[in-house]
Amino acid sequence: MTTEDRLYTLIAELTYLCPLRCVYCSNPTNLAAHPDRLSTADWLRVFKQAAELGALQLNLSGGEPLLRRDLEELVAGAHALDFYSNLITSGLPLTRPRLLKLKEAGLSSVQVSIQDSLPAEAERIAGRSSFEQKLEVARWVKELDLPLTLNVVLHRQNLGRIAEIIALAESLNVDRLELANTQYLAWALDNRAALLPSEAQLDSAREIAKAAKERLKGKIEVLFVLPDYYSTRPKACMSGWGKRYLLVTPDGLALPCHLAHTLPGLEFDNVQERSLDDIWHHSAAFAAFRGEAWMPEPCKSCDRRELDFGGCRCQAFHLTGNAAATDPACALSPQHGLITSARAAAQEAPLIPLGLRYREIRR
Amino acid sequence: MSSDASLELKPKLAPKTKLRLDPKTGKHILLYPEKGLLLNPTGAAILQKCTGEHSLEAIVALLAEEFQSDANTLRPEVLTFVQGLLDRGLLQAAP
Repeated sequence: MTTEDRLYTLIAELTYLCPLRCVYCSNPTNLAAHPDRLSTADWLRVFKQAAELGALQLNLSGGEPLLRRDLEELVAGAHALDFYSNLITSGLPLTRPRLLKLKEAGLSSVQVSIQDSLPAEAERIAGRSSFEQKLEVARWVKELDLPLTLNVVLHRQNLGRIAEIIALAESLNVDRLELANTQYLAWALDNRAALLPSEAQLDSAREIAKAAKERLKGKIEVLFVLPDYYSTRPKACMSGWGKRYLLVTPDGLALPCHLAHTLPGLEFDNVQERSLDDIWHHSAAFAAFRGEAWMPEPCKSCDRRELDFGGCRCQAFHLTGNAAATDPACALSPQHGLITSARAAAQEAPLIPLGLRYREIRR
Repeated sequence: MSSDASLELKPKLAPKTKLRLDPKTGKHILLYPEKGLLLNPTGAAILQKCTGEHSLEAIVALLAEEFQSDANTLRPEVLTFVQGLLDRGLLQAAP
């Protein structure tokens, strides 16, 4: 742990339950193993401990955070601690009066996801009827003068409509548009063949996004997040393991990222048993991939090791079986072939939708 | 299109932002969705005056007094800083 490791953002995954069944959900595929176990008081204590550690941002996420009946109380607690609180939601189930209550409780901003600009396609990806409700929620957010981010996960089945998606964001007068290419982990890894775009699709979408970013400068902040499958260097996942972020799961595990609990050999602590301060500074799991001691070659001697930290530990594990391997998204990784072969298959795959595995809770 | 920072413009913080003190560093930080901009004392002093009431020229004058500095030296720095934040949608032009 270095003096630079400073918690800025607490990600509170309040529940893994969700009315949607998105085929690229970032929750773990064994989500039933992590039921809601934290009470209102538990969450409020976690918020306080995170603020004491230095956290300034709070992402209220899930699953679907609106399914927590105590969300208003949690937002009020965050407000009392002076957090910038961001509700990351599908928009279901929500009424305008409840949104007003959340605003009055001190919510700072709202991020609503849509799956596509075409209603039928959006609902096929989400696995249920939801499109009209989402647009309605986006309009309520603006009417109530709350800052609105529209989040759209991109993949081969909607990249061709990026211009329409941007136009929809403009018509909703969003403050921020997050065009995020799918991260191929969890449910998205299972559906990779159906979702991974071709290079040509991606290049053309990137150009359109770039032009929109310039055109909308000062009006809508447009972010286009490239998929690491099409870059030569890995992402600085979470800005480094245990450096800026801490995530708490519905059952109380404190993690450095969304899927760390899918890595073998690491024991994550529960916020019901240890304080965040103790976990952040002293837990073995948070120490596991901090710094450089764990790094293999080519990371260990790479001049980018302090920029990308060796990439994503979860991607390394889920593709190579070794969480301490160089992220195969890096062209210098000896296992980069795992990425290039997937990419090669994506150039040829037909645009006709393949079968999709929907997110589901198996009991 | 974003506004160009002329000296008559009255900048104000965008609704998506929150300006607060970061207790860990003692510096001000401008928070917005998923991000934060840690500010030096001048940056913080500028943003505290971006309430929509003061024109940029008035802000420059206030800063010159506050920092015992020359307005002509401050002016270009303030314009660059404000323009950058207008482009990022973190500041807006008040009507």
